[in-house]
Amino acid sequence: MSHRKTLIRDFLARFFRSHELDDGEDIFALGFVNSLLAMQLVTFVEKEFGITIEDDDLDLDNFRSINAIDALIDRKTEAPANG
Amino acid sequence: MTREPATEPTPEAGPETPAPRTIKVLVWDLDNTLWQGTLAEGDDVEIRPGVRDLLETLDQRGILQSIASKNDYQPAMERLQHLGIADYFLYPQISWGAKSSSVETIASNLNLGLNAIAFIDDQPFEREEVRHSLPDVMIFDVSELSGLSDRPELTPRFITNESALRRQMYAADIERNQREESFAGPKEDFLASLRMKLSIGAAQQEDLYRAEELTVRTHQLNTTGYTYSLEELDAFRTSEDHLLLVADLDDRFGTYGKIGLALVETGAERWTVRLLLMSCRVMARGVGTLLMNYILTLARAAGTHLVAEFKSTDRNRMMLVTYKFGGFKEIERRGDLAILEHDLNNIQPFPDYVELELESYESLMGS
Repeated sequence: MSHRKTLIRDFLARFFRSHELDDGEDIFALGFVNSLLAMQLVTFVEKEFGITIEDDDLDLDNFRSINAIDALIDRKTEAPANG
Repeated sequence: MTREPATEPTPEAGPETPAPRTIKVLVWDLDNTLWQGTLAEGDDVEIRPGVRDLLETLDQRGILQSIASKNDYQPAMERLQHLGIADYFLYPQISWGAKSSSVETIASNLNLGLNAIAFIDDQPFEREEVRHSLPDVMIFDVSELSGLSDRPELTPRFITNESALRRQMYAADIERNQREESFAGPKEDFLASLRMKLSIGAAQQEDLYRAEELTVRTHQLNTTGYTYSLEELDAFRTSEDHLLLVADLDDRFGTYGKIGLALVETGAERWTVRLLLMSCRVMARGVGTLLMNYILTLARAAGTHLVAEFKSTDRNRMMLVTYKFGGFKEIERRGDLAILEHDLNNIQPFPDYVELELESYESLMGS
């Protein structure tokens, strides 16, 4: 269950090395998040969890913390599977 | 699913004369093409008359050059160094493999499409082998050598300051990439080790050719893909209600040249970023965000609202991510054009891994 958060934390730890990230911590408040990190994060979430991030999902609030990313994946995977 | 970049029109495409294709790389055979004689047979090869001048002419035009030769690597490179021309060639492919795969390797290393490559060889067999495997590559016989510099495909429309520097910029890139691959520490530390310096300011007249070139050549890191003629760009440059900004990047390996461009319409009620682009060559440098942040600080100094236009293609998602993660939110959509707004609160501070030289708000708006 928290395996997912561990994966996200491990990914982010590569960028925020010297800092132990809390699940609710705002990564954008920690310092400079450049476009490259942002793009890598989006690509990581898509590939690792097999979801597609739509333009509308590209909201700062969806990627602000480990919890926020986890919740986003929840919403994307809970989408009605009838179709 | 990525779409292939648009291919050049073929001569059979229609009655109209297609624009001449643009060759960005000339790939040379060595034996009996670049030099007279066959190195592996012990000839004391000498450079063919006219070739030295041609190498320099093409280099000044910003056309890159490489080698696809069947030889042993070491003696051939030593010969090129002895002749004083080794530095002209990027990613020389000197081996006993098929020349088509050499040409492919060069194109992929330079990140260019095959239709931007020309290949010259004296051997009909080699020309045919490349033509057969890589039909998009333009092929020359050595007999065409003397007319080469006059060919439209090898005559760029504009020669800019960047053109003559292009080969050195690629060579510096090769060295950077090697360092990056062998760099054990984290990415931020690598970026810091480059000692980058980013300068942003108003475009000058002499920047316009390069600005136009950037609008035409840049697809991935481009927010709207708008292209403008030189005249239009010059009008924006001198216009009261537009800012045309240019970014230059340097590091300890040399210059990247002018790698960023932004056009901001500075209306009385709000500012609109019509275009923001960065050359793909600096994709891994994290500087796109810096140009965006600079515009945010200018708009805040002006006390105005700031919106940005964004036109989604299948290749420019990184710029949408740049905007969205930089704090922009979509407020309107007109067809495929999105309007994003930034409230100008919470502008991220500039990072410390790059030295900045930013033209001041007063200087930009005053002149």
